Amino acid sequence: MTLPDIDSTGARAAVPGATLLEVDDLHVEFRQRSGVVNAVNGVSYTLAEGQTLAILGESGSGKSVSAQAIMGILDTPPAVIRGGIRFEGRDMLTMAPEDQRKIRGPGISMIFQDALSSLNPVYSVGWQIGEMFRVHQGASRKEAKHKAVELMDRVRIPAAAKRVDDYPHQFSGGMRQRVMIAMAIALDPRILIADEPTTALDVTVQAQVMDLLKDLQRETGMGLILITHDLGVVNEVADDVAVMYAGRIVERGTVDDVFTDAAHPYTEGLMKSVPQVEAKGGRLQPIVGQPPNLAAIPSGCPFHPRCTHRRLGAEAAPGRECATDVPPLRLVVPGREAACHYSEEVLGA
Amino acid sequence: MGRYVARRLLLTIPVLIGASFLIFAMVYALPGDPIRALAGDRPVSPAVVAVLRERFHLDDPLWLQYWEYLKNLVSGDLGTDFRGRPVLDTIERTLPVTVKLTIVAVVFEAVIGLVAGVLAGIRRNSYFDNLVLVSTTVVVSIPILVLAFVAQLLFGLKLGWFPIAGTREGLYSYVLPGLVLASGSLAYVARLTRTSIAENMRADYVRTARAKGLPPSRVIVRHTLRNSLIPVVTFIGADVGTLLGGAIVTETVFNLPGIGREVFDSVQAQEGAVVVGIVTLMVFFFIFFNLVVDVLYAVLDPRIRYD
Repeated sequence: MTLPDIDSTGARAAVPGATLLEVDDLHVEFRQRSGVVNAVNGVSYTLAEGQTLAILGESGSGKSVSAQAIMGILDTPPAVIRGGIRFEGRDMLTMAPEDQRKIRGPGISMIFQDALSSLNPVYSVGWQIGEMFRVHQGASRKEAKHKAVELMDRVRIPAAAKRVDDYPHQFSGGMRQRVMIAMAIALDPRILIADEPTTALDVTVQAQVMDLLKDLQRETGMGLILITHDLGVVNEVADDVAVMYAGRIVERGTVDDVFTDAAHPYTEGLMKSVPQVEAKGGRLQPIVGQPPNLAAIPSGCPFHPRCTHRRLGAEAAPGRECATDVPPLRLVVPGREAACHYSEEVLGA
Repeated sequence: MGRYVARRLLLTIPVLIGASFLIFAMVYALPGDPIRALAGDRPVSPAVVAVLRERFHLDDPLWLQYWEYLKNLVSGDLGTDFRGRPVLDTIERTLPVTVKLTIVAVVFEAVIGLVAGVLAGIRRNSYFDNLVLVSTTVVVSIPILVLAFVAQLLFGLKLGWFPIAGTREGLYSYVLPGLVLASGSLAYVARLTRTSIAENMRADYVRTARAKGLPPSRVIVRHTLRNSLIPVVTFIGADVGTLLGGAIVTETVFNLPGIGREVFDSVQAQEGAVVVGIVTLMVFFFIFFNLVVDVLYAVLDPRIRYD
C-alpha cells in the first residue's frame, strides 16, 4: 500500500497550507446587571493547516474568551458575540446551533488548563474518550473503548489497556492532560485550541506535553492555537504570535521577529519582565500598573496608562494622542503588525 | 468494600446496646407508677400491685432490670407490655403502617422534589424557578401540624379527594399523610437539587462536554444531572432512616396506627418494654440507612473508596 502526499519526514503538512479558520473583527461582550464587560474588542486572525499560532496575554486579556467564542461554548446570553468566525469558509456564527455542534470534535476541538476539573470525575477516562466515537460516529461501547485505548497509546499513556477503566483522579497531572489531549484529537480535528495546556503542570511535564502536541500536529497537519501567558512555551513551539491586551490584538508577527524586537510597548514590557539566562544579575522590570478593567477600558490606546513610550497632549503628533486616539493594528514593517502610534520608535528601543 | 460494610454492621451492636440502655434508663426515671397508671381510677389491692411489680421486676435496680431485658433479647424475646402482649407482636402490627407511610412519603419526596429541582436548576431565574423558591420557602416555614390540619380540611373535607384518617382505603389512605410527612424533605430535595445543578452547570467538565460537541440533552443528563444527583440521593437515603422512625405528629393527626403513634402512647402509659423495643428499632433503622447512604455514595462517586 502506498501513502500519497507524505514526505520523507512522515509529515502531512509541515509548511502552512490551506486556510482553516478566519476570525474577523470578533467582539464578545458580557451584559451584566452592573454593566457591560467588553472581553474581546475586534480580534482578527487566520489559521492555516499545520500552523501554530500562539495567543499571548495576561489574565483578562480576552484570549480564552475569544477561543471559547470560536468553539461556540459561551452562553449567549450573557455573552454577545459579533463579527465573523469562518471555519473552512463556513460562517460559524450564522449556522444552526446543531451544525455548529457537529463541528466541535471533528472540526475544532479544545483542551483546557486544569485537566482534573475539566474531566468528569464520575466517568472512567476510557468512557469519556470513547464518548467522542459513540456520539459523533455511533460506535458501539466495545469499539469506542478499543479506540480509546489506541488513543491513550498514541498520547503515550503507559499501560493504556490497563488504565482505560481508571478515573481521572487516579492519574497524575501530566497523564490527565494527556487524557484531555486524547479526547480532543479523537476525531482528527482540523484545528486544536489549547487553552493554557501546561500552566497547571510541572516544568518537566510541560515540555513533554508540548512535545506531544507538536508531534501530533506534525502527524495530522492540524492547525494549533496555543493560548498562553508563558513566553517560553511560545518561543519553543509557535510559528506566529498574536499578543492580546484588553481584548485587542496589539502586536502580531512571527515568533522570531516579535521576540527579537517588539513593536508594541506592551510586548516589550512582557519580554523585559521575564528572566533571561544571558542577563544574569540584572533586576526584572515589571510592567507598572494594573491590567485594565474590562468594564471600563481606558480611552485611546488601552495600554497608555502603563506605557513608557506614551505621548500625551502637546507631545503627541496630530491624530496620534495616546489617551484619545485609538491606535489601529497596522503594518509596521513587512510581516509585522502593531497597534501603537509610535511602533517605529519602540522597534529600535 | 465488603469488609467496610461488615465492620460498620458490627459497630451497630454496641451502639444499639448503648442506645437501648439510655432509653431504658430514661423510662426507669419517669415519675409515676405504671401499675397505677394501668389501673386508672379503679382501686387496686396492694397484693395485686405487689404481684405485678414482682412479675415485671419493677423493684429491681436499674442495672438488673436491664440485664434481664438483654438476656431475653438474645433469645429473641422483646418482653411484654403490662397487658401481657408481646412487644414483638406490637411491632409486627404497627411497623407495616409506618413502612407504607415512609414509602409513599419517599416517593413524593423523590419524584416531586427531584423534578422541581431539576427544572428550576436548568432554567435558573425563570418563572418556574421563582415559583419553586417561593413555594418551598412557604412549605418549610409552616409547622407540620398546621400543614396536616390544612391538608385534611382542604383535600379531605372541602374537596373530598382523600380520606382524612385511618387506613381503611388501603394505600390510598396514605397519600395525604404521605404528602404532609414528605413536604419538608420534598422542599429540601427541590432546593438541594436546584443548587447542585446550578453549580454543576458552571463546572469545567460541563464546558468540556460542550466542547466535545455533545448534544445539549446529553450534556445535561450525562454530564450535569449524574453528578448533581449524588448529594440528593444520599439525602433521600438518610431521610428514609429518619422517616422509618415514625412520624408521631402525622400518624396521630391522620390516625395511622404506626410505630410513631405507638411509641407516643407507650411513653404516656409508661410501657417501658414497648418504648425501649421500638425506639431501639428506630435507632437501628437510622444507623442502617446511614450505612446504606455511605455505600451508595461510594457507588455513585468513584472518588470515594473505603478500603
